[in-house]
Amino acid sequence: MTTTTADTHAVDHEHDDHGPTKGIRRWLFSTNHKDIGTMYLIFSLLMFFVGGAMAMVIRSELAVPGLQFVHPEFFNSMTTMHALIMVFGAVMPAFVGLANWMIPLMIGAPDMALPRMNNWSFWILPVAFGILLSTLLMPGGAPASGWTMYPPLVLQTGDAFPFLIFSVHLMGISSIMGAINVIVTIINMRAPDMTLLKMPMFVWTWLITAYLLIAVMPVLAGAVTMLLTDQFFGTSFFLAAGGGDPVMFQHIFWFFGHPEVYIMILPAFGVVSEIIPTFSRKKLFGHDSMVYAASCIAFLSFIVWAHHMFTVGMPLTGQLFFMFATMLIAVPTGVKIFNWVATMWRGAMTFETPMLFSLAFVFLFTIGGFSGLMLAIQPADVQYHDTYFVVAHFHYVLVPGSIFAIMAGAYYWLPKWTGHMYNEKLGKLHFWLSTIFVNVTFFPQHFLGLAGMPRRIPDYSVQFADFNLISSIGAFGFGLSQLVFVLVILTAWKGAKATDRVWEGSHGLEWTVPSPAPWHTFTTPPKNRIADEAFE
Amino acid sequence: MTTHTDEHYYVPHGSHWPVVGSVGLLFLMVGVSSWLNGADAGFYIMLAGFAVIIFMITGWFGTVIGESEGGLYNAQVDKSFRQGMFWFIFSEVMFFAAFFGALFYARNMSIPWLGGESNNFFTNLLLWEGFESTWPTNGPGNLGGEYEAMPPFGLPLINTALLLTSSITVTIAHHALLVGKRTQLAVFLAATFLLGFVFVYLQGVEYVHSYNDLNLKLTTGIYGSTFFMLTGFHGMHVTIGAIMLTIIFFRVLKGHFSADKHFAFEAVAWYWHFVDVVWIGLYVFVYWM
Repeated sequence: MTTTTADTHAVDHEHDDHGPTKGIRRWLFSTNHKDIGTMYLIFSLLMFFVGGAMAMVIRSELAVPGLQFVHPEFFNSMTTMHALIMVFGAVMPAFVGLANWMIPLMIGAPDMALPRMNNWSFWILPVAFGILLSTLLMPGGAPASGWTMYPPLVLQTGDAFPFLIFSVHLMGISSIMGAINVIVTIINMRAPDMTLLKMPMFVWTWLITAYLLIAVMPVLAGAVTMLLTDQFFGTSFFLAAGGGDPVMFQHIFWFFGHPEVYIMILPAFGVVSEIIPTFSRKKLFGHDSMVYAASCIAFLSFIVWAHHMFTVGMPLTGQLFFMFATMLIAVPTGVKIFNWVATMWRGAMTFETPMLFSLAFVFLFTIGGFSGLMLAIQPADVQYHDTYFVVAHFHYVLVPGSIFAIMAGAYYWLPKWTGHMYNEKLGKLHFWLSTIFVNVTFFPQHFLGLAGMPRRIPDYSVQFADFNLISSIGAFGFGLSQLVFVLVILTAWKGAKATDRVWEGSHGLEWTVPSPAPWHTFTTPPKNRIADEAFE
Repeated sequence: MTTHTDEHYYVPHGSHWPVVGSVGLLFLMVGVSSWLNGADAGFYIMLAGFAVIIFMITGWFGTVIGESEGGLYNAQVDKSFRQGMFWFIFSEVMFFAAFFGALFYARNMSIPWLGGESNNFFTNLLLWEGFESTWPTNGPGNLGGEYEAMPPFGLPLINTALLLTSSITVTIAHHALLVGKRTQLAVFLAATFLLGFVFVYLQGVEYVHSYNDLNLKLTTGIYGSTFFMLTGFHGMHVTIGAIMLTIIFFRVLKGHFSADKHFAFEAVAWYWHFVDVVWIGLYVFVYWM
């Protein structure tokens, strides 16, 4: 009986080509890649501010030596929750949102390949983060073990512990389903004449990212499951008395964790590879080598994990292997940096907001890359390990890296989404404030780290006072500048009408559909249009 | 212009099942977490969440089966489903890889180190004096007390034979489907899921034997941990696979699937081969070597 009704119901829908349903149902029940993309982007912006507020708590406490505002335990909760929320709630969903919106438009597909599952991937996230945020109110407080959840420390978490584990499970389920959708869409739904090497770079980097996600999110699920059973069911995976090893958790975690950092940067590479050619009015230099470089980075990401654990104890052979393998990553990454620079070489460049963010990305991400190289040197890392140098390093690759690329992408595609040009003056203001303050925040942290200030502490020796105050001023400046971005979004529908092409130098199928992009696009695959659109 | 389903990729217009599933997950996760924290009500919240998820799965799959039988899916949609299933199975492989990784790490690294190998002489001397590296082991703390290891050549060997046979029967069923022999298809499919359920039953017998006679428990150090977590998750997957095969069996009886359109059948067959391959890894590394 059920099947018959479902059947006729579905057939009815096949024949009417109506627009979106009205009200909340449009969003709750959506199977439309644009609506789901929008929800992902709004969710990630919300989480960006929630995680950002926690960063403000951290920087307030660290502004001057001594304990001023929060209990040390709560401080640790803040660093832990800030990381979990920014990684899984802000950066990853933002890229999934961009993927949802843009991949079907870029490859000429009617929607994502598995639209219902697409909806579920999104609607698991509010549940996961609702559970995670609710731990702030629980006896024993929110998780305070650091986002890496190392045992035995994490096993001291209060009532929040199982909630932490299961919210990580939910984030994993959501990511895996989203990644399956991306891969299947890219492999199966491309316009007929779009061969693999004709795909735009954003599509390519997301294909590789999705593969990484499916390969490592289940490993994280396994790791946290072992934590759960160690805590509640008496297993001894991470207990030496039973023959296990707490270090084993770190190996399993970082087998996930290292590819995870590329999951957060590869789509950023893709976004920047779309934007730089547009505003340089040249085709991307070395498109194919960019593809191979991204693939190499993805491969290498699986064999470098123990560089996060250089001080924890491992055989010398292991230290050497992980050191050299890590340094090898500089080669394909260098290929990408040089290709972006070569793309701009003798281009007719203009500096609209997306381009500004992309340029800052290339420059500042490279700084993060160089400090990464320094950390890769095992004997030197023994000095840097768990200091603010590490904090400076990964914030350089994540904030002016991933976040700047997300901002660049948002400005670049906003006119396609809204049909109107955003306020360029506000955009430029947002860019300059962000770029100045991000450096004021994180650059001094290099010095703090080299001078020996440990990370994850609420108090510090007075010798670190000056740089910490500068860093805190920068952090508040950066946080406040992001409100300019909110203003840009709120006024995004006020600007001049955008053309289909939007940008003078833009190329690709997404610019051939009207602005704003209609609710349904490419219901019939675009034939023989790829060659006209690519820079061939 | 006539729109024909064959030319258009079928994009459903809205579905409430995913949100129902999210609500189910919310109740399930909050329930099980509260229960673990000692709140009795958590158990019932967990059951409620589980019920909602079962309801969601039934409804969602029912809709998809209806659309499939209604001819809404063209070859491209079929391909999406196939690729989706492939990547889902890959994610499952990686989940098991984490537990196999734990097993290999314990056997090749942590236990030898606790026994003093490499540069760990003093670890052994000062912390765990007298502990010798062996496998299986419940660790230097002798956690869970004296126990016997699970011998590989009794029930586990029978279970290996059952599962390998079921892999053959499902392949015969597939060939029968391809050449249109419906009776043979149904018979061999039934044989497959029956073998699967017998496997699960015998696994249960083995667990009871292990707890009652061998004193081998989940708490028996790293050996007990890896043994029960690996075989337990595998057994869970066999159960799910056998249930899916049963559903496919009833769909076959209803006349679903043809020689050229039978994605669901193949997906479940792939899944079944996947649990089979995992079992071979388990049998070799957990029971035998």
